[in-house]
Amino acid sequence: MNNMQPKSFFFTPENEAEAKKIIAKYPAGKQVSAILPLLDRAQRQHGGWLPSAAIVYVAGLLSVPEVKAFEVASFYTMFNLEPTGKYLIQLCRTTPCWLKGGEDIARTCETRLGIKAGETTPDGLFTIKEVECLGACVNAPVMQINDDYYENLTPDSVMKILDDLAAGRKPKVGSQTGRCGACSCGKGDE
Amino acid sequence: MGCPMPKLTINGREVEVAEGTSVLQACEQLGIEIPRFCYHERLSVAGSCRMCLVDVEKAPRPVASCAMPCSEGMVVHTDTPAVKAERQAVMEMLLLNHPLECPVCDQGGECDLQDIAFAYGKDRCRSREVRRRVRDKAMGPLIVTAMTRCIHCTRCIRFMDEIAGTHELGGFYRGEHLEIAPLIEGPLLSELSGNLVDVCPVGALTSKPYAFRARPWELTKTESIDVMDAVGSAIRIDSRGGEVMRIVPRLHEGINEEWIGDKTRFACDGLRLQRLDTPYVRGSDGKLQPASWAEALGVIAARLKNVQPSRIAALAGDLVDCEALFAMGQLLDKMDVGNRDCRQDGAVYDTSVRAAYVMNTPIASIEKADAVLLVGVNPRTEATMVNARLYKRWRRGGMAVGVIGQAADLGYAYEHVGYSPVALRDVMDGKHAFASVLKAAKNPMIIVGAGALARGDGEAIHAAARELAESFGMIREDWNGFNVLQQAAARVGGLDLGFVPQGQYGMGVRSILAAAQGGRLDALYLLGADEIDTAHLGKTFVIYQGSHGDRGAQRADVVLPAAAYTEKDGTYVNVEGRVQRTRRAVPPVGEAMEDWAIIAALSRALARPLPYETVKAVRGAMIAKHPHLGRVDDVSVNAWQPFGKGGTLSLQAFGAAVPNYYMTNAICRVSPTMAACTAAILPLQQKGEGK
Repeated sequence: MNNMQPKSFFFTPENEAEAKKIIAKYPAGKQVSAILPLLDRAQRQHGGWLPSAAIVYVAGLLSVPEVKAFEVASFYTMFNLEPTGKYLIQLCRTTPCWLKGGEDIARTCETRLGIKAGETTPDGLFTIKEVECLGACVNAPVMQINDDYYENLTPDSVMKILDDLAAGRKPKVGSQTGRCGACSCGKGDE
Repeated sequence: MGCPMPKLTINGREVEVAEGTSVLQACEQLGIEIPRFCYHERLSVAGSCRMCLVDVEKAPRPVASCAMPCSEGMVVHTDTPAVKAERQAVMEMLLLNHPLECPVCDQGGECDLQDIAFAYGKDRCRSREVRRRVRDKAMGPLIVTAMTRCIHCTRCIRFMDEIAGTHELGGFYRGEHLEIAPLIEGPLLSELSGNLVDVCPVGALTSKPYAFRARPWELTKTESIDVMDAVGSAIRIDSRGGEVMRIVPRLHEGINEEWIGDKTRFACDGLRLQRLDTPYVRGSDGKLQPASWAEALGVIAARLKNVQPSRIAALAGDLVDCEALFAMGQLLDKMDVGNRDCRQDGAVYDTSVRAAYVMNTPIASIEKADAVLLVGVNPRTEATMVNARLYKRWRRGGMAVGVIGQAADLGYAYEHVGYSPVALRDVMDGKHAFASVLKAAKNPMIIVGAGALARGDGEAIHAAARELAESFGMIREDWNGFNVLQQAAARVGGLDLGFVPQGQYGMGVRSILAAAQGGRLDALYLLGADEIDTAHLGKTFVIYQGSHGDRGAQRADVVLPAAAYTEKDGTYVNVEGRVQRTRRAVPPVGEAMEDWAIIAALSRALARPLPYETVKAVRGAMIAKHPHLGRVDDVSVNAWQPFGKGGTLSLQAFGAAVPNYYMTNAICRVSPTMAACTAAILPLQQKGEGK
């Protein structure tokens, strides 16, 4: 993993401009508060994970001791400190999803991709990560791939989503049964 | 809110407290003990351990008293069965992952967790879960870690952020996975890192050199002061069976608060090694041979017979106490010898006025300063506790620092005014922007390093600094911002006692050494003087009196073994001019005697007897002549009088006055711990890498 760490990190000009805007949102002397959005920018720029050099860079931008930036980056699970695949699959394993068949979803992913939770496929396309409640229990079971939620999953719909991603197609986001948000009108309910 | 003096009731007793006082502090005012781990009165409040829970009436749940400010009409209970049950629950949580290894833990006997568990712990564990293990972290030669014992109070992190200023530790990951660690594993770079041992309430961070050497209840505790630098930190010497086992800080609000530097704490293992335990006389074969006191003193008496006083000289070292300096001065007077100096560094500045060579701003008053100009000084290595105070003041905000000299990492931000003394002139003439900062400041300070004054242009720097202090409003009735930061514990005392060249032809350090090299000196008495170039003393007959077989003893023709600072009752004057006393914790090794006693014995051998039989007699005579040395712990205001003669400021940049913090005197030079620090920490510090 260590040889994946780049020696240096700098924002692209666009991100640098964006960072300035973000920092300006906070009152004078409280710029440190911009650390979360800036780390997020850095992670997005670096392909979904946060190398040490990026954390050091952000600490420097905000004049905060490096150790404080590392504390923040390691505290939040949404910052990945190691390289991830192009698609980071976050499988919810909290009770509502589990009751609604979350284990089957997990097994489907693992069989389809040939990896276990915490691993990345050799082609660098997929990483599976188990997470706690994603906050969409109403449409359980749920998984998150990068920034998108996929809800009301079944093993079949999971297979389709993964096939689409592997083939470079964009799968349908949101409820796979067509449920309209958390609506109780019955549309799209099983 | 906004109530100036809230009144509240604690356990049925009413108490009025200042605004902003926490419930825990209010309880302390009433003498009610509240158990705590994360709360530390000199660190910010974390409120994370929950051990200090109390019940407040009308509050829906127990309250962490360290983080709860007192408010009007609050009714607090700390001793009800409910409170006890709540604390027991917290303790049970804290002990979930804490290993039951007190018998092999160095913190045993002085462990907060152990003590509080005695009151609130349950006798059995209900958990059947697997206990977590945490990998130990490397923290260098001073601190040994056992991270499974850590209860995540974060005191160590806050200490590094708020007191040491090096931001080296952090809490990484979270919840069950939370680990306290240095960002980069390896030696901690702060000179205050040893305090982590005291700050840690459990056995997670303990002293490496002291590991498994003693239990606290076996130790004899002696309150004394430190001599590793001129600050004179308050220390407690813990000894067992005539051996110093460790040194820990003692509270002194005026000097070190409750911290000490690593040299103060860890150099004590140097007291066991390379000690001079018997007199030595250099034989005809050129080798030092053990001798009796009578023989050694006899040799000296024989050699000094019929030597002209002008061809005899004495130099005093950095660790010598006032009693010895006083007795030595008297003996030299009786022998009509004017060649003497206590400034081994070769400084020649004017010492006729006391204000010219001490810190006129007491260390505690640094907290009132709002602008500081450091001249040729690195307080971090030369006076760690002064730097800690500067950092504390800077952290509060509203203090500007300017530096003339090396741009070292001091922990706080500063404006680099210049590299050479000429920059003083720029500030003086208003050519540098820092001049306006000083002008606008209410309580400006200038701190001149002893190293700056030892330079060739030291007298010019001395005078320029005085001029600057006077013209920037640093000298007032209520404020004196002119400071000289001495490095040696013996220096201010030596200058107070006038241990400088006497009479018209009296020679100082530079002339004495030149005379020795040129064969114009017959005898040189080194009173603990090791910081001089002993290689070029020519054929001079050298007498060395001191505790360690260091540079001076190696060159000497007669060696007289003396007590170290832990073995005598001696008076020292610190950098502020504060008179303090060491106390004997252990007896001197072997045949060694206290310095004043050796000088008294020598005086009798030379047939010029000093009338002293006890240290009290020497001290009495000394105080009769120098009354201020009798006022222990007093920082007197020094009269401001003209001093110095000036000269031309040089363009030559200031160097580092203390290139290696860990090796500054004969004791730390033989300390294995200080050697380990030199090997492990110094290269990292010199790389200038803030972690």
